[in-house]
Amino acid sequence: MKSPLLTGQILGWLLCCPALIAMITVTAYPIIYAFWLSLFRYDLRFPDSRSFTGADNYLSVLSSPIWWEGLLNTVIITVCSVSVELLLGMVFALVMHRAIIGRKLVRAAILIPYGIITVVAALIWKFAFMPTTGFINSLTGLSLSWFGGRWSAFLVIIVTEIWKTTPFMSLLLLAGITLVPNDLLRAARVDGASAWQRFSLITLPIMKPAIAVALLFRTLDAFRIFDTVFIQTRGAQNTETVSIIGYHVLISRLNLGLGSAVSILIFFCVLLISAGYLRVFGLAGDLTGEEKP
Amino acid sequence: MNSSETGIDRFCWTTGSILAVGYTLTPIAWIVSLSLKYPADLGDNRFWPQRITFEHYRSIFADAQFPAALWNSLGIALLSTILAILIAMLAAYAVVRLKFAGRRLFMAFALSIAMFPPVSIIGPLFNMWRFIGLYDTWVGLILPYITLTLPLSIWTLAAFFREIPWDLDKAARVDGATPFQAFRMVIVPLAAPGVFSAAIIVFIFAWNDFLFAVSLTSTNHARTVPAAIAFFTGASRFEQPTGSIAAAAVVVTIPLIILVLVFQRRIVAGLTAGAIKG
Repeated sequence: MKSPLLTGQILGWLLCCPALIAMITVTAYPIIYAFWLSLFRYDLRFPDSRSFTGADNYLSVLSSPIWWEGLLNTVIITVCSVSVELLLGMVFALVMHRAIIGRKLVRAAILIPYGIITVVAALIWKFAFMPTTGFINSLTGLSLSWFGGRWSAFLVIIVTEIWKTTPFMSLLLLAGITLVPNDLLRAARVDGASAWQRFSLITLPIMKPAIAVALLFRTLDAFRIFDTVFIQTRGAQNTETVSIIGYHVLISRLNLGLGSAVSILIFFCVLLISAGYLRVFGLAGDLTGEEKP
Repeated sequence: MNSSETGIDRFCWTTGSILAVGYTLTPIAWIVSLSLKYPADLGDNRFWPQRITFEHYRSIFADAQFPAALWNSLGIALLSTILAILIAMLAAYAVVRLKFAGRRLFMAFALSIAMFPPVSIIGPLFNMWRFIGLYDTWVGLILPYITLTLPLSIWTLAAFFREIPWDLDKAARVDGATPFQAFRMVIVPLAAPGVFSAAIIVFIFAWNDFLFAVSLTSTNHARTVPAAIAFFTGASRFEQPTGSIAAAAVVVTIPLIILVLVFQRRIVAGLTAGAIKG
């Protein structure tokens, strides 16, 4: 039999211990370590010249146009892809919810991009748009070098992101739609409400928490964008995102001090985005309140 | 759905369905057709191949690089999934069943980890792993995968566990079952769907990751498929081996498509339970 001491408090924490230890050692500790590293001049190619420099790394990142360009690029990609995904995801969610013919088939098909490796999705679209191998130019009658210019490269990156992650968005939205009582919609229809009125006055307000959660998760995810850009442009034509900059400084140039400063700044951007969402949507209660009917 | 559906409604939703299916399947069809083209036809700018060859598939399996990456991906993703789910089950059970103080704090901490930008920790991990000898090893990738999927699995499992009528096992024991029997015959079948949903999501995360794979590995020893494909070198080092890349992409995509199609219900349940019910 269990001893009374073990039942409540201690056993609870004991069972959470492995998870807690894993999360602390592999994420919380490294972020603190990154902060520590960011205060030093520390280049793995010249390990002997390591020295404490305080905020110098931050100053050089923040005064560099590369960082600000990267931040702007990341914001452009995030805003464009997330807003299109929200619209498209909503349409898909409605279709999945209402599909009459082959409902299962539609749900399954829409889910497929979710299961596809991002690198593969990036390659599929890269090959499709490339003038040498692709069919997009011959299909549209253009002869554009898509990856040769900044904005056309952005377009391909955003198309890839949208294709790959809209299913995730639509699933989260679908969960919100299923909360809308059918009787309510039917009653509104009997009372003469148009399809748009039913959607905007009944469905949308009930879905608001689901929309907020989907937007928050997708925004944070899009802000971290790395795979697609790495595969399609490697940051060429001024398409570097903040994650690409971080990777280049840390792993290619092995500059741990400067790279860690970039890492910490990205971390703060993510904190800011989360805080912003929590404020705008008042999500805090939804996310931490646990006992819900 | 019901008799009040009008003809126009039906038409709209059917068109929508066809468009949705086309949206997801066109790119897949494109990469498959690219992988079947003769090398000479790769630049013909056509969607469909004029003649078909399996040459690219033969060549990726003849090379040591791709099979090694496939093996690494499979092993690392499976081990990460099993370990993450085991650890998450303990925590989710504790949070749902034992009302210990600080469980809300624990869940909030887990959530904050879920929002974490992975690029923020690759530098320190790179340095730490080189120091303790985990750089370019399976464990070196499994550890971050477990950790970064823990929040999602804990939240998803907790959402599922809340729905389980736990008192049923007491009833089974009254009826004469041993505690282990009660657990195995009553609780396990009830918990299995949720556990399975969480497991698929963790597997897809580990299978998909690219950032850790390129940052923390360097050779065939632990390099997974996404990183291997990105650095594919063909027979000639000077041109990107489009055909081989396409074939490799198809090989790693087909199993996942089957997985998604077979377990779509579980995936939908898993993704939505954590996010909405939580």
